[in-house]
Parts: sequence; structure tokens; C-alpha cells
Amino acid sequence: MTDEITTTLATYIATEFLKQPDRLINPDEPLLSSGLVDSFHLVDLSLFVENNFGVRIDDAELNASSFDNLNQLTTFIKERQ
Amino acid sequence: MPNFSNYLQRHYEQTPDKVSITLLFAGQPDRPVTYRELIHGASGYVQTYAQNGIQPGDVVLLILQHDMDLLYAYFGAVLHGAIPSIMPFLTEKLLPERYRTDLAELVSVTRPTAIVTYREFEPEIRAALKPGEDSVKAVIVSDQAEGAAASPLNSPCPPDFAAFGGLLRKEEDVVLLQHSSGSTGLQKGVALSHRSIFNHLDAYGESIRLTQDDVIVSWLPLYHDMGLIACFLLPILGGIPVVQMSPFDWVRAPYRLFQAISTYRGTLTWLPNFAYNFCAQKIRDRDMEGVDLSSWRASINTAEPVKYKSHQMFYERFKSYGLRLETLQTSYGMAENVFAVTQNDLSKLPYVEDVDRESFASDLIARPAFDGRPAIQMMSCGKPIPNTSIRIVDRKGRDLAERHIGEIVLKSNCMLTSYYNRPDITKKAFLDDGWYMSGDYGYMVNGEVFIAGRKKDLIIVGGKNIYPQDLELLAYEVPGVHAGRASAFGLFNEATGTEDVVMVAEVDIIDPVERQKIADGIRATVTRGSAVALRYVHLVSPPWLVKTSSGKTARSANREKFLKEMQAKGQMY
Repeated sequence: MTDEITTTLATYIATEFLKQPDRLINPDEPLLSSGLVDSFHLVDLSLFVENNFGVRIDDAELNASSFDNLNQLTTFIKERQ
Repeated sequence: MPNFSNYLQRHYEQTPDKVSITLLFAGQPDRPVTYRELIHGASGYVQTYAQNGIQPGDVVLLILQHDMDLLYAYFGAVLHGAIPSIMPFLTEKLLPERYRTDLAELVSVTRPTAIVTYREFEPEIRAALKPGEDSVKAVIVSDQAEGAAASPLNSPCPPDFAAFGGLLRKEEDVVLLQHSSGSTGLQKGVALSHRSIFNHLDAYGESIRLTQDDVIVSWLPLYHDMGLIACFLLPILGGIPVVQMSPFDWVRAPYRLFQAISTYRGTLTWLPNFAYNFCAQKIRDRDMEGVDLSSWRASINTAEPVKYKSHQMFYERFKSYGLRLETLQTSYGMAENVFAVTQNDLSKLPYVEDVDRESFASDLIARPAFDGRPAIQMMSCGKPIPNTSIRIVDRKGRDLAERHIGEIVLKSNCMLTSYYNRPDITKKAFLDDGWYMSGDYGYMVNGEVFIAGRKKDLIIVGGKNIYPQDLELLAYEVPGVHAGRASAFGLFNEATGTEDVVMVAEVDIIDPVERQKIADGIRATVTRGSAVALRYVHLVSPPWLVKTSSGKTARSANREKFLKEMQAKGQMY
């Protein structure tokens, strides 16, 4: 079963960044290195994560070496909740 | 007239302990660099260039990031009399193979003698080169340069000015190249002389009433004229302190700009229009605690179309931190005139007017709006700077009356020497009587210049120029997309203050799953081939695309068609 955090993030990215609400994002699909999420979206993503999951991502962590797919981002969030 | 090296020598001898530039790094202490350190570091590079057989007049490409190495390598090239050019760094989303191809093309046109880069990036650079065939004699790794920041010895190198080739450069010699335009390798390198740059700094300094009390704060990349001229050469040559952060750090933490202005009592910034929206929307209150913006006398909006709404949004968000409305200013510029062409008078707010939409589009006249008819809001970019003259002309080069929209042409004592090694396109850029054709459309009212559009299809995203044909070529690489059957264009987005990039492609496949794969393929290929993120990928069944009589895609017609479809579906725009 797909995690609730993962689903929420997938919907947010598809709707707000890709403007394709129906677009399914696989939990292991690369986000940053593939260009689905670009650097201007990273701040939005961190605001969204903080507002919805109560976890602050430091700006130094906003890069492809901290997370590049939804699974990694979800793990990152859970570790800090 | 003195040259760059004379200025550097004077700062070194007269104010060696003055901090010239302060580098900010995320998660590390700020790093002030005095003129003494700057010249010592640069002198190390002079030795390194000489040891590698680099001669005065040779081009040196710098593929380095925001760091001490970039400072030293740049001014080392200047002191040696070589011609530095800063190139964009490879980002994680760009395909290494694409970067290599672009670099190889650039090398074939610009014919640099040396490339300076980091050790970890050296294999990437070497992979783009053809030893013995191309012009590159040396790939210099920054940690091996004499006295380099990262060198284990880290020995300061006292300068021997008398031996430096840079002191012998003449005012008409080319001092640097700027490759700021275009998304692929065949970029035009704008070659600028010592004289042009000093003439520009004098005229522009007068326009913005620059004084020794100013402090410049910047996150702009140095491969772009706005960052290189206004926030690097102007302060360092002029003895005015500058505080710099990396664009990569700023985009992740835009509040750092405000904290830096507050900490260093910053007075001047230059920002592209999108940055006003970005900052207004994406900074938390807690990151602004204790920030005082009262020292900030001008934030100059330039490098992409200027929007009054962006200024309003920015002012409302930050006025409680001491920001003044008069701080928000405008300018219009281009690398070919060194940097600025116009500048608003800093003692006044930029002039804003509503013009009739239909006259603007159909008659090419910017008539003041009347009778509540649909209008376009325009904001002035100010008047030409003191050394630059502007005319608005029609297709035959004849002057147009006030409020008539035509091409902006200019003349000044700070024009480019040439597009480097491109005499063909240099010649084409000028009218017979020496006026430079900007390729921008605009109109004038009481000497104020308003920018109305572009002659060629060009998308500007966050101040970066993108040619749609480059993106279309990438789309054609995706299986299922045929050559000539895609169209890329920009759509202004009021929320972000810049353009969104749209790609429409005709495909024969109907199956939605297959279509999704093609759409994903287009996104990935375009992003990895150009570092440009597509906002909309719209797949359509043929015949959809509008073509010109010669069979090329008519981008503006396709743009209109896309807008109509979106509106019909009740979506944005």
C-alpha cells in the first residue's frame, strides 16, 4: 500500500508543478535529476512539507543528494516527525 | 586612459586592507576578501597561466562556481593580460553529454587557450576536447594553481606588477568575453574593451549616483552581464564593497538576500522581475526576524520584462521591514552595451501607464487607455544613461514618432568590440550608420523608454534567454515526435512574474498511456538537454500546429491557439 505522505506529495507535485493533476508519480521516479521538479520549486516543496507534515527541511538539504524521489522524501519526513 | 590592471594595482597599493568582496556560503561563516588577498591570489594565477604558456590576448574559460578560486582565476587572467570568460557550471539536471557537446562547439568558435576548473570536473572538460586539434593548450585545475585558495601550501604571492602583461594592455584591447545569451553551445561571445567598460561604469555610476558609501548585495550568476558588470566589476574596480552569495543558495533560501542587506547595510541590488514575486511569496516571517531594510536605496529590476504588479507585491510584503517604495527601480540593458542602456531616475518612482490593448497589438501604437477598454499596464525602464543615445525605428530604419512601437536601436561609447570571432553576425547587428539593432521592440514617451516585446521568438525565464528552436530540436529526439511537429513558446505568468515554457507536440498515437510516456520523454529530454523545465507539455493530434508559408512552426499563432484551448477548458491564462 502506498504511504499517505507519498500520495499527498505526489498529488501536490502533479497538480502544482506539472499542471497535470492526473499524472501519476511513481514513488521511485527521479524528481530533481529528471527535471520534474526544478530548483525554483524546492522552496515551495519545503513550505508544503512544513505546513502539512510539521517537518522543517533545512535549505542546505534541498537537493538531489538528500532526496530525488518520493520514497526518499517520505523517509526523510518520517525520520523527523 | 588606464586599464583594468592599473585600477587593481592602485587598490592594492592604496587600500590593501579594505574588504573588496564578502563571499557568503550556506552553513559556513562569511568570507571577507581584502584587496591584498585578492591580488595575491590573482598573482598566483598569473604565474600559473605563464607556466602553462598562456599569452596576453589569449582567451581563458573559467568553469568555476561562487568561490575564491573564481575571483583569483578571473583577476589573474586580467593581470596576465589574458581574456577571461566565465561559463555556466554543469547542473545536476543537465546531461553531461549535452554539456560536452555544447562546450566543444563553444571551443571551436571562441578558441580559448586554457580552461580553469575543479579537479572533480576535469574529466568532464577533457572529454569535450580534442588534444592537438583544438585551441586548448591547458586544462588548469584550481587546486594546483599557485597560491590558490585550495592549495595545500596556500602561500600568498606578492605581485610583481612590472612583469604583468595586464599593465601593457591598451584601452581598445578586449578585456573580457560574456557568453550570456542562448541555451546551446553556439552562443555569441560579446567582446568588450577596457575603454567600453570604463565608459559604461562612468555613465552608469552617474545614473545611479554611485558613491563610496554604497554597498552592493548580490546572488546573481557571474556568467550573466547583470551579475558580472553591476555586482562584480563595478564594485571591485570602483572600490565599493560587494557581498555575494551563490544563485544555488539563494534559490533555496531567498531570505538570505534580506539578511545580508540587513547585516551589511546594503544599499544596491539588481534583480530580475521574477525575483520580486519569488521573494514576496516564499519567505517565512520567522526568517525575516530582526531584518532591517532601511539602508536599501535601490533595487533595480532588469534582464526580463518589468512588471509594476511585481513591485507592488514585493513592497506590500516587505514594507514593515523598512523597505521604501522608491527603492524599487527599473532599468533596461544588454551585454552589447556592457550592461545598462536606460535607468530610471532613482529619486522618482518608475512611470506606470495603462495603454489601449487593441491599438498596442493592431496599430503598434501605445495610446493611453480610454473609456474603460481593455488595457495593458506598462512600466517605464527610465531614460537612456548619459553616454547612450536611443532611437525607435521602423523596418527601414526610419525614426518613429512618440508612442509608436518599433525596434530600439542605440549608439554609445561603450558598445561591444565584436561578437568574438563572428565578424558575420557582428556586421549584421549594426545599421549602416553605426546604430546597433537591439532586437527589442519599444516606444518612448517624454524620453522614457518602454519595452514592448521582441523581434525574434525568445523566451525569457528568470532573466535567462531561451531560444524556442533549441527546445523544439530536443523534443524531436523523443520517439513518437516527428521533426517539425513541435512548437515551444513562453506564456507570462502573473503569479511568478516570469514566463512559463510550453511545448505543444503533434503525435499520431492515441493511447493515453503511450501519450503519457511521450510527454514524460519530452520533459526529460528538454530538461536534461537545456536545463530548462517545461511547465506545460501539451500533446495534440494532427493537424493542430499552425505553420508559416515556408513550413516553419508559427510560434505566436500556436501560442494563441493554445491559450484559447486552455481558456475554453476553464484553465488558467
